[in-house]
Amino acid sequence: MTNQSEIAVSAARTGRWRWQEIVFWLLVLASYVLFSNRYLILTEIAWLALFALSLDLIMGYAGIVSLGHAAFFGVGAYSVGLLAKYGIINEPVIALVAAGLIAMVLGFVTSFLVIRGTDLSRLMVTLGIALLLRELANRFSDITGGFDGLQGFTIQPVLGLFEFDIFGSVAYVYCVAVLFVLFLIARRIVNSPFGLSLRAIQNNPLRAAAVGIPVNRRLVTIYSIAAFYAGVAGALFTQTTALASLDVFSLERSADLLLVLVIGGGGYLYGGIIGAVVFKILQEVFSTITPQYWQFWIGFVLVAIVLLGRDRMHRWVMWGPDFLIRRLGLRPASAVRPEGGRS
Amino acid sequence: MTLALETIGLEKHFGGLNVTRNLSLQVKAGARHALIGPNGAGKTTVINLLTGVIAPDGGKILLEGADITAMPVHRRVRQGLSRTFQINQLFADLTPLETIGLAVAERLGQGTQMWRRRGTRPEINDEIEQHLTNFRLLDVMNEPTVTLPYGKQRLLEIALAIATGPRVLLLDEPAAGVPEIERHDILAAVANLPRDVTVLLIEHDMDLVFSFADRISVLVSGALLVEGAPDEIARDPQVKAVYLGEAHDA
Repeated sequence: MTNQSEIAVSAARTGRWRWQEIVFWLLVLASYVLFSNRYLILTEIAWLALFALSLDLIMGYAGIVSLGHAAFFGVGAYSVGLLAKYGIINEPVIALVAAGLIAMVLGFVTSFLVIRGTDLSRLMVTLGIALLLRELANRFSDITGGFDGLQGFTIQPVLGLFEFDIFGSVAYVYCVAVLFVLFLIARRIVNSPFGLSLRAIQNNPLRAAAVGIPVNRRLVTIYSIAAFYAGVAGALFTQTTALASLDVFSLERSADLLLVLVIGGGGYLYGGIIGAVVFKILQEVFSTITPQYWQFWIGFVLVAIVLLGRDRMHRWVMWGPDFLIRRLGLRPASAVRPEGGRS
Repeated sequence: MTLALETIGLEKHFGGLNVTRNLSLQVKAGARHALIGPNGAGKTTVINLLTGVIAPDGGKILLEGADITAMPVHRRVRQGLSRTFQINQLFADLTPLETIGLAVAERLGQGTQMWRRRGTRPEINDEIEQHLTNFRLLDVMNEPTVTLPYGKQRLLEIALAIATGPRVLLLDEPAAGVPEIERHDILAAVANLPRDVTVLLIEHDMDLVFSFADRISVLVSGALLVEGAPDEIARDPQVKAVYLGEAHDA
């Protein structure tokens, strides 16, 4: 039947790889060669992107807002530090997964507090949990090092083969590899029947329940998965800096993360990565121009984005490329951002 | 004759207000049953009680003989009780294809699958196509729901309820707010609902009620006033009084 294949093609539409996506990841690969003297900031971008991807999973896809996502980042960061310090798990990749799982358990347990209630109560509960963890880390300073941070551990070579070098090239490749693998998994998840049910819940929880979707259970699941992602991001942070201090839990980190996702846009997976790139570049540029007042300009950009609307800015930026592409008779690049994505 | 849906002495109070009073309603399997009543009779409360959106203060709800009084909303759907909404409750950003696909996947218990790509199950695709064809949505299947004309959204509202595979369907004013030119499509869709699905229609529009229903219950002030075949209800002096009374007040 013709319709049968039409339906199959249309249903699979959102999961199909677009050429823009392939170009995107080729650019990521190319960055290794093009910016070989900037591995430190590239590494920061990579773990920040993964962290933002985590927030995108709950906010962009399931509509759960959070002002305390740093809780999971922090738990991942300290877990990996402690595992290395006490020699429990020395191999970075295994430690990374372990740290993610620890964060995931925390995410599962706290999800029951978070999924209830409105956006405002979710903001407050998530914020509260992050503050709580920060103070716990502060209180148990004999384990965590308290205000001085966790010190005196070294990160072993990745897979026992690749030692972290002073130029940061191994760290960068390692972070990007982890980001890419977790991105692929996230991509698969959001394009699955499970992912569709999340979007339905985000759109209309009342009707989602009336279609037979166990709304709370789905939210618990994605919240736990997102906690795993955030934990891994925190673990990458600690492994690439050999440092874990109380500020991993800070409100500022959670707030910056929201900014990153607002800059990049939620609900299409690339928002977190693009947001991380733009945020770090802006931070770099502004702090070079005006070292003391760079946050003024970050604030300025944020207000501009919200007032102008990302879609409009996206159209302005893509006008040139789209014009060329139309001339060549291809699909416009600005179509890469599907409808339904929201900040 | 078996009962598809039954309530026994259902009660609901909001503060001092008794919105549902000792309601015992019996809907026979395969029936086209209508629940009518003047404004404020408590029709919407009855739907919310039946579907589990609110909990009753007393009484029982039986679906095909099984007690579902304490069952959460989504489990009732899985047991075969589905509803439409008087005011569209759709997924604005999703397309009709995604909306229907979602309901079919949930019914088949595949909503938890994280690793399967959508569009890869021929039996699901077939069923989606069937629903989209029946409800004349095939031509707009890839448009986001929010951009569809109101009549199409209304059709999707019913199609979505049917896609959950109900044995009992509660239709809450299916033609409400539909412009005259699109009205025919909605009425045709309601008339063509599968015969093996029991339908309880909650409606204001008497033309639709009398053309559709084979059994009518009249709800007044939260309690059952009369019940009978359409011609009995049409002749009933009490019902006339209620509706004329309302007309006089208005």
